[in-house]
Amino acid sequence: MKLFDIIGPVMTGPSSSHTAGAVKIGLVSRALLGSTPARAEILLHGSFAQTGRGHGTDRALVAGLLGMRPDDPRIPESFSYAEEAGLSFDFQTGSLKNVHPNTARLTLWDKKGNRLEVVASSLGGGRIQICRVDGIDIGFSGGSNTLIVHNEDKPGCAALVTALLAKFQLNIATIQLCRNFPGGYAVMVIECDQHIPAQLAEQLEKTEGIVRVTRLNLDV
Amino acid sequence: MAIDSIAALIEKCGETGLPLWEVILEEDLRENRGAREDSLRQMRRLWEAMKTAGEAYRPEERSRSGLSGGDSAKVQAAAEQGLLLGGSFLNEVIGEALKTSECNACMKRIVAAPTAGSCGVLPAVLLPLLRRGAEEDAVLQALYVAAGFGEVIASRASIAGAEGGCQAEVGAASGMAAAALTQLQGGSPQACGHACALALSNLMGLVCDPVGGLVEIPCVHRNVVGAVNALSCANMALAGVESRIPVDEVIDAMAEVGEKMDDSLKETGNGGLAATPTGRAIARRLQGM
Repeated sequence: MKLFDIIGPVMTGPSSSHTAGAVKIGLVSRALLGSTPARAEILLHGSFAQTGRGHGTDRALVAGLLGMRPDDPRIPESFSYAEEAGLSFDFQTGSLKNVHPNTARLTLWDKKGNRLEVVASSLGGGRIQICRVDGIDIGFSGGSNTLIVHNEDKPGCAALVTALLAKFQLNIATIQLCRNFPGGYAVMVIECDQHIPAQLAEQLEKTEGIVRVTRLNLDV
Repeated sequence: MAIDSIAALIEKCGETGLPLWEVILEEDLRENRGAREDSLRQMRRLWEAMKTAGEAYRPEERSRSGLSGGDSAKVQAAAEQGLLLGGSFLNEVIGEALKTSECNACMKRIVAAPTAGSCGVLPAVLLPLLRRGAEEDAVLQALYVAAGFGEVIASRASIAGAEGGCQAEVGAASGMAAAALTQLQGGSPQACGHACALALSNLMGLVCDPVGGLVEIPCVHRNVVGAVNALSCANMALAGVESRIPVDEVIDAMAEVGEKMDDSLKETGNGGLAATPTGRAIARRLQGM
């Protein structure tokens, strides 16, 4: 807990959870995709579904996907900015299993047709949690630079990744390893203190056993 | 030392000889390994945003639901005509609380303090003092006291309506603002603690019952009670009135009350004003929008 979690953030109203948190979910999802999406299909769950319209949750999510920050005064008009930016989107309400009441599922496509699915929750006070990426349960806040590596579940993958982080002089703040079943598909979520360079991701992607690499840098 | 006890913060003032705001600043820097200049710059940025939030206010504007807007202008106009009780300072506090909260409901830029739903309380008590010559640096110091006390409330109880009811949002904001005002008027660290304790005690049990689940009814008007309560409690503390229950114990009691509060009264839109026939009718109308 920090003082500036108590006074702050500066944000476009009306709700830190339903508006500011929703912008952050959009922003982190955009960062994970690596560019402005061309298409977004968004499912709103629970309180997001019930009171989202009145709180501008829909506009806030789209604003985040366009790269706007939670204090951007253009958030209420994000739908028209989306049209300009070539982002088409639609919203549905529905029910997701075992999730926080303020949760959205975003299915995104970039201009090249790459698809990414993110399930994220807004925890209150503008804090968020990314709960699932491409169907694998993980948990990170999007409050740090984050490297996500999808790899085959076999010995040595974690060592390869951490060795490369050391080579690039990146310090690890937290690390999580998850998999769907033994020998199957695994995901590593590594929060770092420093910017995660593109060269690191490129080198990783060429490595045997590594399926996919996504980076979230807060300074971009 | 984590910032989780107001008594410990006040004790540290005695040990170190530092003012309360500086004890809070130093503890935060130690805990989060930050730089003093960065923290001061950030607080100044937040204060600037708080000061300018009301500039976007338009008396004719309404929120998307149509439920909020225009009330601050009504209070200001009536105060100017001399129709209202309580003097110009009090009515400025009421007008500012409404203005910032209405801006929030209309999707304008505000500073969550501690939440967006309670964003009107701190600026409501600070802006009228600024107009009467309070120094900017003194206001920044008061904001550190508010933030530090808010952090204690968050760590021992809660600052989320969904967890602790409105006492955790407008109540917490009121306790923070009471302490900030006391500091700004030259009160001792102990007096700041009493002001906060009194403010929290007075709003204990306040439920979170937003109509249609929106941060509008009664949130906008409750910001007024948070601000005016802060003013009363700061005045009491400055006059030497003490809370018989120590502030940390008041916060613990608030946590207990929050836990015992029924779920229908914690931001679900299913109890209190939200569950009145009119509240439900408004909610149904909003669903169809």
